[in-house]
Amino acid sequence: MKDLVNVSASPHDRSGKTTRSIMRDVVIALIPASAFGVFQFGIKALLVLVTSVVSAVIAEFLWNYFMKKPKTPYECSAVVTGLLLGLNFPASVPLWIPVVGSVFAIIVVKQMYGGLGRNFMNPALGARCFLVICFAGRMTNFVVEKGNAVMNGFAGVDGISQATPLAIIKDLPATTAVGSSVSLSDMFFGFTGGVIGETSALAILIGGLYLVIRKVISLRIPLAYLISCGAFMLIFSGRGFDCEYLAAQLIGGGLMLGAWFMATDYVTSPITPWGQIIYGILLGVLTGLIRTCSSGAEGVSFTIIFCNLLVPLIERMTMPRAFGLEKKPKKIKKEA
Amino acid sequence: MSKDTFRGGVHPYEGKELTENKEAIPFIPKGDLVFPMSQHIGAPAKPIVETGQRVLMGQTIAEAGGFVSSPIASSVSGYVKEIKPVLTVSGAMVPAIVIENDGLYEAVEGLGEDRDYRELSRQEIRDIIRDAGIVGMGGAGFPTFIKLSPKNDAAIDTIIVNGSECEPYLTSDYRVMLQEGERLVGGLKIILSLFDNARGVIAIEDNKPKAIEHMKKLVEGEEKITVKKVRTKYPEGAERQLISVVTGRKINSSMLPADAGCIVDNVDTVVAVYMAVAKKTPLMRRVVTVSGDAIADPRNFIVKTGTNYNELVEAAGGFTAPPAKMISGGTMMGMALFDTNIPVTKTSSALLAFKKDPMDKVPTSPCIRCGRCVAACPQHLVPQMLMDAAEKFDNAAFEAVNGMECVECGCCAYVCPSGRPLTQAIKETRRSILDERKKAAAAAAAKK
Repeated sequence: MKDLVNVSASPHDRSGKTTRSIMRDVVIALIPASAFGVFQFGIKALLVLVTSVVSAVIAEFLWNYFMKKPKTPYECSAVVTGLLLGLNFPASVPLWIPVVGSVFAIIVVKQMYGGLGRNFMNPALGARCFLVICFAGRMTNFVVEKGNAVMNGFAGVDGISQATPLAIIKDLPATTAVGSSVSLSDMFFGFTGGVIGETSALAILIGGLYLVIRKVISLRIPLAYLISCGAFMLIFSGRGFDCEYLAAQLIGGGLMLGAWFMATDYVTSPITPWGQIIYGILLGVLTGLIRTCSSGAEGVSFTIIFCNLLVPLIERMTMPRAFGLEKKPKKIKKEA
Repeated sequence: MSKDTFRGGVHPYEGKELTENKEAIPFIPKGDLVFPMSQHIGAPAKPIVETGQRVLMGQTIAEAGGFVSSPIASSVSGYVKEIKPVLTVSGAMVPAIVIENDGLYEAVEGLGEDRDYRELSRQEIRDIIRDAGIVGMGGAGFPTFIKLSPKNDAAIDTIIVNGSECEPYLTSDYRVMLQEGERLVGGLKIILSLFDNARGVIAIEDNKPKAIEHMKKLVEGEEKITVKKVRTKYPEGAERQLISVVTGRKINSSMLPADAGCIVDNVDTVVAVYMAVAKKTPLMRRVVTVSGDAIADPRNFIVKTGTNYNELVEAAGGFTAPPAKMISGGTMMGMALFDTNIPVTKTSSALLAFKKDPMDKVPTSPCIRCGRCVAACPQHLVPQMLMDAAEKFDNAAFEAVNGMECVECGCCAYVCPSGRPLTQAIKETRRSILDERKKAAAAAAAKK
């Protein structure tokens, strides 16, 4: 017998899932959307993605180095942040902007608030909103010159339309059918204008499905988000039961990417099952509100970071009822 | 009602194939037998033998040390060598009676004789169970006669025999059901005779189809006994979860199973009841699984209590490699051992030895709030918040988020991708709160 054996308190077994394997799954799930973005917008899109991922990882590394933190075994999280941020740029963005965004996401939004698990706001979205406010023009410039998109001809569309489908719909009079100005199938497969990762609803759904199958995310947040957003549009858009309009709203803009990849971010979404449903509904209603009532066509990013702030409150309201206890747990009283 | 499981739980690697198809064989001890005085919940037993005295097999060598306590019987005949503190599973030194086995197995008068329980009064049956030293053999070791003496007999409507054996690697209950099913049914009938309104349910996880089939055959024609198939999931056999699966009723930490009209007993315990009442044999044996990848020939043994673990390891072919971890009990709730020079007690269900320890040098990273612990918790708690409170030593916050409802099953720490010791931290805090309560109660009593 060996001289020393391990002694520890139970349990003595582990499931084998690690933070790193989860982050890896998220990266894999983002591959379809990224690949389609590159296919559609060409090498520029690839450069944007690589730039934001690399600068996010470097920012994380430098922070750990200068703050004398242990080398993080979970650096995959920086890759996820960088990739998600990269997918939120139009392909035409100058490359220094992704660098600024990644550094802001990692250093300001994540590390300054305590690092992994402590940030109250989705780093990628926090950075995106910062950039949209600072560099509004560059962040929403969806014009892609014909020659730049390698696969333009192959994709069968004559250049990329200048405005996003949602913006087009927004300006349509309520009496005009949606189908007359945008193609729903193009929106679904992704042959429209927009940021790198949001155009193809199909590619995002494949990734989302992968996450659900791998049990990385549950359906609670995405479904609550999409259904409530659809319901809101149904009631308040002024178009009544217009299937085409509804479908265009759901698959257009950042909603899909937001619902499957941004709103489901572990750190910034509620941990309680009912909390996740309420969070999803809140997201859907707010997105609908912004899309119908504000001047812009888009509202997903701001909705999500706004709801991120409500998470502690939602969690407190939705503490699960303990097994065998009829009453909900008492509120935590701060000790005097 | 067709519920077959509860919400939450995990599916750890079972490892039961190592031992499930090997018949449990009686093991004859060679060395001294050691009987610690604390093999149960409650006051330690008091020795009633002296050094040098000869004792017989089945003789009571220690009497109950209080109401919540249990006597202890010798499992062999021989001489009392000494009474001294010995190392037990928990790592504590506990006073124990050491008996030198003379190999004659000379029994006390009447041991093993048949007795018809129908001729006994209910009180007599309860007294026999108490004097036979029967305690819950699933691990907790709560004296069985107290369980069987609820305030209101008429309110008990379900006796659950817990044959779910959800702990990984353990197959001792499974072997008991297959090899001693008749005794199990006999024991259940004796318990049922104590309660007018009760039916008996034998709950078995669906990963043991042979046991389900076998027990179903044995209870054919029994009006009051049924076999219930429950889903294979850990911790299906946890008392509160099993009660809710079988009856739909839920109890919390401040209630007893009897408050839900239930009594839950482990398979081996029910067999012990049968042996005590129908065969005049006190509790002096149990079935122990010796398994794990560091054991040469994993198998089940029918073991006399007091047998040294070292002898069992030897009988199972010894270690194939130096074990990195040894566990008494299952991998989810068992206790890690640093020494196998420990006696088998009434509650020892298994000895496991592994070449690798999955908990060895687990890198702990920050919580990413993935919610896996919330989904896994069979008590529907939020382990992440419990751990937060535990790390801040904030006992008030810990209790406010229902920390005392935790059953320490280990699911949260099992699933945590960040390798955080959730169960361990929660356990620690629960202990400190219980200690505080004890101190407060003692202080209040002293004031009076």
